[in-house]
Amino acid sequence: MNIAKQFDTLWYQGASLAFVAMVTGAALAIASQATGPRIAEAQARKTQAALAEVLPGNSFDNDLMADTIAVKDTDGRTVTVYRARKAGVVTGVVFGMENKGYSGTIKLVMGVDRDGRLTGVRVTGHTETPGLGDKIELAKNPWVLSFDGRSLGDPAPARWAVKKDGGIFDQFAGATITPRAVVNAVKRGLDLYAAQQATMLGEPAAPAAPQS
Amino acid sequence: MSEACATAAADSAPATPTPPAGPSYGALMKDGLWSNNPVLAQMIGLCPTLAVTGNATNGLGMGLATTAVLVLSNMLIASIRNLVSPNVRIPVFVALIASLVTLIDMSMNAWMYELYQVLGLFIALIVVNCAILGRAEAFACKNPVSASAIDGLAMGLGFTLTLVVLGGIREILGSGTLFAGASQMFGPAFHVLEVTLIHDYKGFLMMILPPGAFFVIAFLIAGHRVIEQRAAKRAAAAQAPLPDGAHA
Repeated sequence: MNIAKQFDTLWYQGASLAFVAMVTGAALAIASQATGPRIAEAQARKTQAALAEVLPGNSFDNDLMADTIAVKDTDGRTVTVYRARKAGVVTGVVFGMENKGYSGTIKLVMGVDRDGRLTGVRVTGHTETPGLGDKIELAKNPWVLSFDGRSLGDPAPARWAVKKDGGIFDQFAGATITPRAVVNAVKRGLDLYAAQQATMLGEPAAPAAPQS
Repeated sequence: MSEACATAAADSAPATPTPPAGPSYGALMKDGLWSNNPVLAQMIGLCPTLAVTGNATNGLGMGLATTAVLVLSNMLIASIRNLVSPNVRIPVFVALIASLVTLIDMSMNAWMYELYQVLGLFIALIVVNCAILGRAEAFACKNPVSASAIDGLAMGLGFTLTLVVLGGIREILGSGTLFAGASQMFGPAFHVLEVTLIHDYKGFLMMILPPGAFFVIAFLIAGHRVIEQRAAKRAAAAQAPLPDGAHA
């Protein structure tokens, strides 16, 4: 039968559209089933690697993804806190913060040790201007490393800002809003840690920790 | 309505799949790379073109990802071209292309995670690249699979070339480098591509920002036209002496 003769009939057009919708729908459903677990696994690996990056390498021996706690920050946003433990003792925490940058939201993860000192900050997602604001990525610029070892008291709260605002952190030529947003987000993260330290470390809010 | 495909579909009877005298592969390559270049001549797919070409590396990544999708989608469309009624071809092509891109996106995410980290962003953007549907409509729906694959390859390479040139010009003017970050995207072997052309360059910010894309693409399109017109004039001049009395 000559299929071309059927091209103008309504039943052929309807049927072919339905057929295409069915085939593509089925293909996508099957592909989604087949790739779903692998994609989730790859993303979990990536998250785990990103978490480990902001912690000192020898500071934990637990599965970070399995040891989490949810706390609320001052905006009422729920923050997932991953706890790093060594021999059962919490040595530090990792959590994500975000802030509005020059264009869109900047997401970062930060690691904080028991004393509230930063063990690392990494930007995990942003849509800042390429070539300018993207220097907040470690791959492009070592700038984020300037947070390592800092804490709420070091520098003093007033100096927790980019140099243009009287702080100690560098801004980039042509981009001030982006680093300012990152500095503020990190500062807010440290404030959150200070406010919720006991909860995050999973210990009773006693004046001193029971052991050592 | 729908003349574009209707004539072709009616012409190619199912018994003889090859339409009469298709263009040669060489002509297809020249078409895609230069004379009918998707960006410079057809001016389609400009949205991703302008968006990602802040540097040459991104242009290359976007171009290669688009080329792969173009070849596959052209082959897919060409293989079913005799079964699709011209009246419903657009929704059929859109559904097929969107599914194809999504399938590639998911498979890369699952099995080529490293590559996906690099090209994943571009794959998602390809869905909105009308060059894909444009080639399905203009070529693949009236030509056999092999010619359509070559057309996809040629158009894809022409697209890639334009994006690399556009990104390269913007990168050199904007930040004084060329192929910065290529080793991050394609692997350490590509470190040799990365060059800093102007040392201690303060940068010309506007070239990296969207306006720079419009300026550079305008000059590229104008340059393409000038060269094409000169070539046409020369061809006309070469032929003019033969028919008597014709002078322009």
